[in-house]
Amino acid sequence: MYSYSEFDAAFVAERNRQFRAQVERRIAGNLTEDEFKPLRLMNGLYLQLHAYMLRVAIPYGTLNSRQMRQLAHIAETWDKGYGHFTTRQNIQFNWPELRDVPEILDALAEVEMHAIQTSGNTIRNVTADHFAGAAEDEIADPRPVAELLRQWSTDHPEFQFLPRKFKIAVTGSPNDRAVIKAHDIGIQIVEREGEIGYRVLVGGGLGRTPMIGKVLSDFVSQEDLLPYIEATVSVWNLLGRRDNKYKSRIKITVHEHGIDDIRARVQERFEVIRPEFSGIDVALLEQIKTAFAPPAFRQDGAEVFETTYKTDPIFRSWADTNLIAHKAPGYAIVQISLKAHGATPGDATADQMRVMADLAEFYGHDELRISHEQNVILPHVHKSNLPALHAILKKHGLATANIGLISDIIACPGMDYCALATARSIPIAQQIATRFDELKLEHDIGELKIKISGCINACGHHHVGHIGILGLDRAGVENYQITLGGDHTETAAIGDRTGPGFSADEIIPAVERIVETYLDQRHDRNETFLEFYRRVGMTPFKTALYEQDKAYAAE
Amino acid sequence: MPKEFTPKVVTANALLEGDVVYQTADDRWSRHLSEAELISDEALAKLRLAQAEGQPELVVGAYLADAKPSDDGPQPTHFREEFRRTGPSNYHHGKQAEVN
Ligand code: HEM
Ligand code: SF4
Repeated sequence: MYSYSEFDAAFVAERNRQFRAQVERRIAGNLTEDEFKPLRLMNGLYLQLHAYMLRVAIPYGTLNSRQMRQLAHIAETWDKGYGHFTTRQNIQFNWPELRDVPEILDALAEVEMHAIQTSGNTIRNVTADHFAGAAEDEIADPRPVAELLRQWSTDHPEFQFLPRKFKIAVTGSPNDRAVIKAHDIGIQIVEREGEIGYRVLVGGGLGRTPMIGKVLSDFVSQEDLLPYIEATVSVWNLLGRRDNKYKSRIKITVHEHGIDDIRARVQERFEVIRPEFSGIDVALLEQIKTAFAPPAFRQDGAEVFETTYKTDPIFRSWADTNLIAHKAPGYAIVQISLKAHGATPGDATADQMRVMADLAEFYGHDELRISHEQNVILPHVHKSNLPALHAILKKHGLATANIGLISDIIACPGMDYCALATARSIPIAQQIATRFDELKLEHDIGELKIKISGCINACGHHHVGHIGILGLDRAGVENYQITLGGDHTETAAIGDRTGPGFSADEIIPAVERIVETYLDQRHDRNETFLEFYRRVGMTPFKTALYEQDKAYAAE
Repeated sequence: MPKEFTPKVVTANALLEGDVVYQTADDRWSRHLSEAELISDEALAKLRLAQAEGQPELVVGAYLADAKPSDDGPQPTHFREEFRRTGPSNYHHGKQAEVN
């Protein structure tokens, strides 16, 4: 696990001290809200619909048990006993009181955590594949690079007032689990003639104008990565549309100038700044890598696992959906679902956080990950420990066997919390999960990703959901627009709109009709929803959603 | 033709807790919409909003929200204000915990 230096600790402590004074001055009336707001946002503190919201960074989604326990402690002491894990691998606390926030930040600092650059027009939390260091298909662990980028971007003087927020994601595998094509910059670790390097994508993003990232460079060497990324952000910092908030993201800059022009400008800038990089960054990267060395994997037998798998159908069902192959023999990657049917996607109670921390400590080499799909991962668990682990998860409502299935829904907070929302997301997710649980169809349907956002900002990634749902306000009534065929992986695609939206009462039946259409018409169980959509297109779904109603009405 | 003025309440978030609050006719900040002052006169609404904005030590982000009269005081006309009045739908621990 990476450990921060004394300098880092002193920097965070100083920031916290400053913020404590700012909060005191605000409460005493010596700062106006206009003066205070940018200061609180610099520390991840938003004011939402019903309360303040504190967004805490979890760099590349990696946590140890101590950190997870501290999050539990914060949830219990200063919030309402739970936290919300987000699609950018952060945690949000929905109910802190202003006066308590400095305490919370100090508590975070005790475990090397903070909320710096979780808001504002800066480089945000660098995200990474949640199976980093464990996945079978991995070329290299993406976290050392993510950590290098984090250190480089934190408090980077040139990048504190960018045209807009900036999001970077890294994957070390050809199978993209970090949504790199929907990020401002996506980095994929690749190998060329035995040399490790980076494929750099640029200009992806969701929100108002969703776009899939384009290849800026097929191969950037390790020595060139930091200057190359710096050149890219720097070019956008100069060209980015500060005149128009809706056109300020790099995806628009790339779109307006064309990828070739941007590539040429990046190259030009790169050549200017390259000599400033003395190689310390590469030395640092090597040093960081040692902190991410894999744990000492055990060589035990897995008989207990085999026997339990054969004899316990509940365990088997969970193992089939929630486990992923690990690169080390005898090990598995455990995905803990935070999507119990009817629960709020991404929420974990303080007790659940502690249980997960304990399990990571006892069985998981002290490592936890937050996935962008709002679940928690224990990346390294020996198979012989899985039956015991599963039993404990079950006791705490954490053993839902639904990873990748229809109830494993990403949902942003929507209008239940978010001041920017145009409709609610959470109740829709809850109702869909509950409905398909009642129908007992979930496992039959197989892989199907539903993603829901409460407004066009797309925090819930609806554009890249196999079924995407976007909540809108239609003349003072919640209305939900459906997209189909989105994909967040290496074959990323933006979903297509089906047609007019549905009211809150109609949306669950609408989703049901979509699923029925797929179940009725798929070749067989092996054809996934996405494959089916790619084969047949929109027509049967349109019929199911809009024509059937008309047919009934005409009868 | 200028749009006809519809009744409003002055609402904001409490500075310390972030809670949704409403301005009452006797110049308090209440957690309950039913206690809010329903203002039918446009000039008065602007004045009351300005007074709210003059209390930054108590509230943040004051604005005028549409509301309609009822036997139980002002009622929301838009779902956003309905949710602000009651609290989030996923847990019974927002304002609804006190209201009901
Ligand atoms: C509740 C407070 C939140 C606020 C105020 C907020 C604000 C925003 C805004 C303004 C955008 C639009 C960006 C654009 O113009 O492109 C956005 C997008 C996004 N937000 Fe949030 N958000 C919030 C919560 C979340 C949560 C809970 C998540 C994760 C579940 C999240 C992750 C993202 C992601 C991934 C995007 C996609 C942007 C892109 O790729 O272009 N945010 N958010
Ligand atoms: S998508 Fe919209 S409603 Fe949902 S969290 Fe983001 S900004 Fe809020």
